[in-house]
Amino acid sequence: MKKIKKIKIKINGKIKSIIQDSNLSMVLKNLKIPLNKVAIEFNEEIIDKKKINKIKLNKNDKIEIVHFIGGG
Amino acid sequence: MKKDSLIIANKKFNSRLIVGTGKYKSMSECAKAIKLSGAEIVTVAVRRVNISDKNKPLLMDYIDPKKITYLPNTAGCFNSKEALRTLRLAREIGGWKLVKLEVLGDKKNLFPDMIETLKSTEVLAKEGFKVMVYCNDDPLMAKRLESSGADAIMPLAAPIGSGLGIQNKINIQIIRKQTKLPLIIDAGLGQASDATIAMELGCDGVLVNTAIAKAKKPLEMALAFKNAVIAGRQSYKSGRIDKILMGNPSSPSKGII
Repeated sequence: MKKIKKIKIKINGKIKSIIQDSNLSMVLKNLKIPLNKVAIEFNEEIIDKKKINKIKLNKNDKIEIVHFIGGG
Repeated sequence: MKKDSLIIANKKFNSRLIVGTGKYKSMSECAKAIKLSGAEIVTVAVRRVNISDKNKPLLMDYIDPKKITYLPNTAGCFNSKEALRTLRLAREIGGWKLVKLEVLGDKKNLFPDMIETLKSTEVLAKEGFKVMVYCNDDPLMAKRLESSGADAIMPLAAPIGSGLGIQNKINIQIIRKQTKLPLIIDAGLGQASDATIAMELGCDGVLVNTAIAKAKKPLEMALAFKNAVIAGRQSYKSGRIDKILMGNPSSPSKGII
């Protein structure tokens, strides 16, 4: 059986192991991120949420997912 | 009585009280306090999603952004770069353009870094944001902000979370005289009467977080602030009497037996 290759990326400062050739949409789906309530940065660039399935992930990519919380 | 709306960036609001959503014991307490305060605008912070605990309650589940205007802030940002990054992300969450800019300069007193604040205001205004700016109570800086494209001037009453009330009434009055922009006292209020004083000085509104959230009874305090803002506004609009040094009897001096 062919071994599934994994790569390491960083999501919100934490290192995560994901399957090679994943796209961003798959990863966010796995994390159950409510897309209508967040904004996403991919390697320090804000990305259009509609285009996440076109973003292929590579080793050491950095993803930031933010939302609104209580604040003054 | 004529309707007396607060207008910010061409949007009308009935309430002149803006409340923060931080520091509450729970999200449900926060939501109840907002309701009682009558606020139509609430400040919110932009932070990382907790990816390890997906069941954590979300602010949007408690406070409906369709009914209450979210005002994303840049709390915790200490330079223009961080502040711009935060607000651009906030806009991306759901098209928010009305934002609160707050660039801090010192971790202890939390005073704003006005040089970074001015720089950020200019960039944000050019990018189409409607910027409500937390600033110090300096009339010159307020003027600079106005020419940088700010949509509201929000001077502090005292350091954030200090509860000290308005420390420099004169400066607030000078800023009031010189600007037609919405003038909103942001930060440092401690009790309801502080809000009344702000309104009586001619401010268009007040922004309160800690004084409500950390009161012994936050829900009661939310209502107190609502009433205080209304009272202060009515008092300001009614035109106070002149101050005189000596007494002036309230009963006629004619016909005394």
